[in-house]
Amino acid sequence: MLLPGVVLVFIFAYVPMAGAIIAFKKFRPSKGIWNSEWVGWENFRYVFTLPDTMQVIWNTLYISSMKIVTGLVVPIVVAIMLNEVRKLVFKRTVQTLVYLPHFLSWVIIGSILVDMLSPSGGIVNKIIVALGGSPIYFLGSNTWFPFTLVVSNIWKEFGYGTIVYLAAITAINPTLYEAARVDGAGRFRQIWHITLPGMLPVIVLMGVLSLGNVLNAGFEQVFVLYSPAVYDSGDVLDTFVYRLGFIDMQYDVSTAVGLFKSAVSFVLICVSYWLAYRYANYRIF
Amino acid sequence: MKLGRRTFDIVNYVLLSLMGVACLFPVLHLLAISFSGAAPVSAGEVVIWPKDFTLSAYRFTLQKAEFLTATSVSVLRVILGCSLNMLLTMLIAYPLSKESVLRFRTGYVWYFVFTMLFSGGMIPTYLVVKDLGLLDTIWALVLPGAVPIFNVVLMLNFFRGIPKELEEAAFMDGAGYVSALFRIYAPLSLPVLATTGLFTFVTHWNSWFDGLIYNNSMSHYPLSTYLQTLQVTLNLNNLTAEQVMTFIQVNQQNAKAAQIFLSLVPIIAVYPFLQRYLVQGMVIGGVKE
Repeated sequence: MLLPGVVLVFIFAYVPMAGAIIAFKKFRPSKGIWNSEWVGWENFRYVFTLPDTMQVIWNTLYISSMKIVTGLVVPIVVAIMLNEVRKLVFKRTVQTLVYLPHFLSWVIIGSILVDMLSPSGGIVNKIIVALGGSPIYFLGSNTWFPFTLVVSNIWKEFGYGTIVYLAAITAINPTLYEAARVDGAGRFRQIWHITLPGMLPVIVLMGVLSLGNVLNAGFEQVFVLYSPAVYDSGDVLDTFVYRLGFIDMQYDVSTAVGLFKSAVSFVLICVSYWLAYRYANYRIF
Repeated sequence: MKLGRRTFDIVNYVLLSLMGVACLFPVLHLLAISFSGAAPVSAGEVVIWPKDFTLSAYRFTLQKAEFLTATSVSVLRVILGCSLNMLLTMLIAYPLSKESVLRFRTGYVWYFVFTMLFSGGMIPTYLVVKDLGLLDTIWALVLPGAVPIFNVVLMLNFFRGIPKELEEAAFMDGAGYVSALFRIYAPLSLPVLATTGLFTFVTHWNSWFDGLIYNNSMSHYPLSTYLQTLQVTLNLNNLTAEQVMTFIQVNQQNAKAAQIFLSLVPIIAVYPFLQRYLVQGMVIGGVKE
């Protein structure tokens, strides 16, 4: 029963891992992966002499860490707000609306955003101008581009992110709230002393697990939104790998960068899972 | 105290309503553009209500050969991809849920889970797909992701919660493993099957990057990849001459909006079901022994 799955995973996951040895070779399509000559660490050395590389790594870390922090804080706040809603119909309606963007692809969101953020005639800039500001080129200025990425990412994922926290809140024993009310605690004190501590294990768990994403700045999102004008602030490791490989056709160098990223991410994920296991007793299987 | 609570409630309701509206607004904006005339759209006059109402964008879209071809590729991809994913998920999750029966169980689990932690990368995977001769075929979109490991873990945890006695009774009556899986486990796992099925559907329908790199010819693009090429004002450097030509032909904002909106219809159609199983599926996946 396992056989078909084992074979497919072998072909499409383990063979590429072996194929990643071209990172240590001078790849010539005519010779193929196995017969190209070894060059050791040469491709890595070459990449790290490129002036762009350090900038790309910095951009990746900058964008991903902002996404990680906002990706934790915003859903926690929204989950608490939703939990305070007493009208069930209202709560369900809001939930239905805020989960929706998670299921739209970045291609779709990207093209909507390009229209909405356009400096000439985009609705967002119309509002800015109406309020007396001057138009902002959100997708074309290095100052604004990372900010645009982070905000649009919040928009897409915050609703979906609340699910796990709402589940954590439901698990809190309701008698705690009753006791607090008897003791005269108001809404805010109940949130502060009961809801938040009750969510804490899940918050810690999510925080630890997000560590594995430090090198993931969101490939699809950046790919659909960026342009050469914002490479300085918006080019990230994955898009760099893509252009090195498919535009410049430097398969070996591209693989080297990809392998660097995979290796670092692997270590980070292992550390985060170990921490999650150690401190939150979390197991994936 | 009383006043504070009222203020809190009002602020809370207003903020949450704004968030809800913010999530829906772009879709309504898109819909309004798709039903509007070209002139008010390019003047930026359309917000959430169509101006110069017309169906011409939809008429144009439904006659466009590229759009229809891409849609048929996507439909085929979803049918092949989902059935393959679901079948493989069950076939893998079932034996892996048998702690005492399967030898080297932990080894197999790690064999699959390791691929979630480490990957060969974009180019080596591309070379494998290319060397197998899958470029420009539907299989390039279906086979590389045929085993969704996360779903396997989800289903595996669910299978573990099903009492062994049911299966043992079936074995007594002469059933084999295959019929135990499909006639006992599958019917008892409807919630998790629905969850993974819907997620697989959305993933296949939305995926576009594999369509972009594994196809040389635009006629093999699935819908989402095709839509990506429509908005290349930003990414002209990523495109072939053929793609640029197509872009120029369809650079009507309302036509673009109509095509995007049509591509959203299946997602919106399954969304109510998705939402129903969402929490259930996540909670199930989290249940451990």
